Amino acid sequence: MTEEAKKPAAPAGGRAGMKKELPEHFKSYRHVWVAIELERGQVHPVSYELLGCGRRLADKLGVQLAGAVIGPPGEATWHAVAETFAYGADMVYLVEDPVLKDYRNQPYSKALTELVNTYQPEILLLGATTLGRDLAGSVATTLRTGLTADCTELDVDDDKSLAATRPTFGGSLLCTIYTLNYRPQMATVRPRVMAMPERQERPVGRVIQHKLSMVEEDIVTKVLSFIPDGQSSKVNLAYADIVVAGGLGLGAAENFQLVRNLASTLGAEYGCSRPVVQKGWMPSERQIGQTGKTIRPKLYIAAGISGAIQHRVGVEGADLIVAINTNPNAPIFDFAHIGLVTDAVRLLPALTEAFVRRLSPHNRDKLAS
Amino acid sequence: MHIVVCIKQVPDSAQIRVHPVTNTIMRQGVPTIINPFDLFSLEEALRMRDAHGGEVTVLTMGPPMASDSLRKALTFGADRGVLLTDRFFAGSDTLATSFALSAAIEKIGKVYGKADVIFAGKQTIDGDTAQVGPGIAKRLDLLQLTYVAKIAAVDPSAREITVERRAEGGTQVLQTRLPCLVTMLEGSNEIRRGTLNDALRAARAEIVTWNAADAGIEDLTKCGLRGSPTVVKRVFAPTARQERATIIGEAGDNARDLADGLIATLFARKPALEPALVASGCAA
Ligand SMILES: Cc1cc2nc3c(=O)[nH]c(=O)nc-3n(C[C@H](O)[C@H](O)[C@H](O)COP(=O)(O)OP(=O)(O)OC[C@H]3O[C@@H](n4cnc5c(N)ncnc54)[C@H](O)[C@@H]3O)c2cc1C
Repeated sequence: MTEEAKKPAAPAGGRAGMKKELPEHFKSYRHVWVAIELERGQVHPVSYELLGCGRRLADKLGVQLAGAVIGPPGEATWHAVAETFAYGADMVYLVEDPVLKDYRNQPYSKALTELVNTYQPEILLLGATTLGRDLAGSVATTLRTGLTADCTELDVDDDKSLAATRPTFGGSLLCTIYTLNYRPQMATVRPRVMAMPERQERPVGRVIQHKLSMVEEDIVTKVLSFIPDGQSSKVNLAYADIVVAGGLGLGAAENFQLVRNLASTLGAEYGCSRPVVQKGWMPSERQIGQTGKTIRPKLYIAAGISGAIQHRVGVEGADLIVAINTNPNAPIFDFAHIGLVTDAVRLLPALTEAFVRRLSPHNRDKLAS
Repeated sequence: MHIVVCIKQVPDSAQIRVHPVTNTIMRQGVPTIINPFDLFSLEEALRMRDAHGGEVTVLTMGPPMASDSLRKALTFGADRGVLLTDRFFAGSDTLATSFALSAAIEKIGKVYGKADVIFAGKQTIDGDTAQVGPGIAKRLDLLQLTYVAKIAAVDPSAREITVERRAEGGTQVLQTRLPCLVTMLEGSNEIRRGTLNDALRAARAEIVTWNAADAGIEDLTKCGLRGSPTVVKRVFAPTARQERATIIGEAGDNARDLADGLIATLFARKPALEPALVASGCAA
């Protein structure tokens, strides 16, 4: 039995009050790492967002910020290295190998696990993307450490532990989670939850290369092909500057054409609340909110959306929120900046027309003459 | 083929309410459901069995009442339900959960035959971590296929599976060896109704119930709160923003006036929006 197991059961509140006693072999774990998500030559912007957040944590801890870049040999991978520095990393741990051409769990989790075991970071952050979640679960299990998913806030507390805050109980509450006696402390964060840091032109810094002891024959899973998304299904909600969204208040599937019309007039993306997806009025990749996409547009127009907490957490990063809702007491007016208490089905077409009138260069010329 | 599907009984979170004053969860009377994401995996397992023969065993870890969810899975057509229940599992985080489930899967293998494919839900609606599937795969040293949109082919004799997996910017077509762990993407299929026979069988079925010892778990320090490296330190309500929206339009107003008024207000608040919109070529 371990020392800990002999102790009487913790009082109510679980182990929350327990003192941290980090085992000796974890005491050498230092520095903050971000696993840079590189897929098919592209770095996912969430990695830069995490570098911004990681910088803050590293500064608070007085340690270095590093990026872990895993990819095939070649220009794209070195570009990712350079960008990792440009977004604030002090150093990069690099694993380059031909078997890393496409993302596959086996070689990627081996590469990241080996890096962690060799260089021992105290904090490891990943994006909560399809790649990041696939990888994070494997790596955390292999390392037998804690992993907090979908964090909305990361901080370092007085005793230097990572305080990872995430929604709980269906999003109505937040909870702060610690990884007490294990290292690294791992967390994932969804795209757009953290602000994009300023990019700085910086020379490439210290790169530590690690060799992956694996050949293609060791890898069971083969990538037979990759089918890129068609232009039409490339939904870029998370990174759109303007988003127009509709909720159940629009009343019928047909009325979502009004949302799409306004969006196309504004060169915007469109989205919706969750029940709209559940009704089959819009596909799931259009859902905004806690279990959908997090967005950070310059302008967000919400039509017929009540503003439930699970929706709110997905849009709070917007610079300007306009709400159109018939109910003056709808919760959305508690966090929108501009509100219109009116029927969205009536207002949306008028708004589309008004934007056309206002913005069409042709009409401007006419007005000027 | 022997296919094991891991499911979780979750509160129907749409019906959870937080007490407005005390900020505590009002769980009483909240109905439970099978985690909706698990149903896509269950359906795929049933299809695989229907196509290739064999059995589907559904596994859950939870309190005794979680057997309801297993029975429900039997009404859809699953062959067997295994409930893993023990007070030692209370407070499990994802690491401890994947430990207990993987032990149970090994035991299921010994009792009912080794699994060829293990399915788990993509994520749960209460925990949302998407880590238990990958965790089980790692524990059992299996290959994992997550975010699968379509199972393109299964060849039980060649021990091969080919799937279409959602990736960033497209779909990967992956081929790997059995046994493996699969999590299905939402919307990838639709759960069947199940036959009358299934319903009758489910009503009578005995749910296999194992505690930690039954599942062959010796090291209890890997279970529950003790086996969970993560600890919830604080639960709190999100802070409300002070400022409410400026209401600029009322129901009776003319739509065209409202629209013009909104645009004027927008550009007054954010002058940069107008040139940005014009530059983006909109409304041309
Ligand atoms: C675990 C969990 C996760 C969730 N995740 C998400 C998520 O990611 N995203 C999300 O959006 N929700 C999510 N939800 C659901 C969320 O709690 C709300 O149920 C949902 O956001 C409500 O959608 P809604 O506002 O479109 O519909 P409703 O709540 O039905 O509100 C419709 C609104 O439209 C207004 N209205 C009616 N008619 C009109 C009209 N003609 N013109 C203008 N306004 C009108 C009404 O006043 C009302 O405010 C989640 C819930 C849970 C439990």
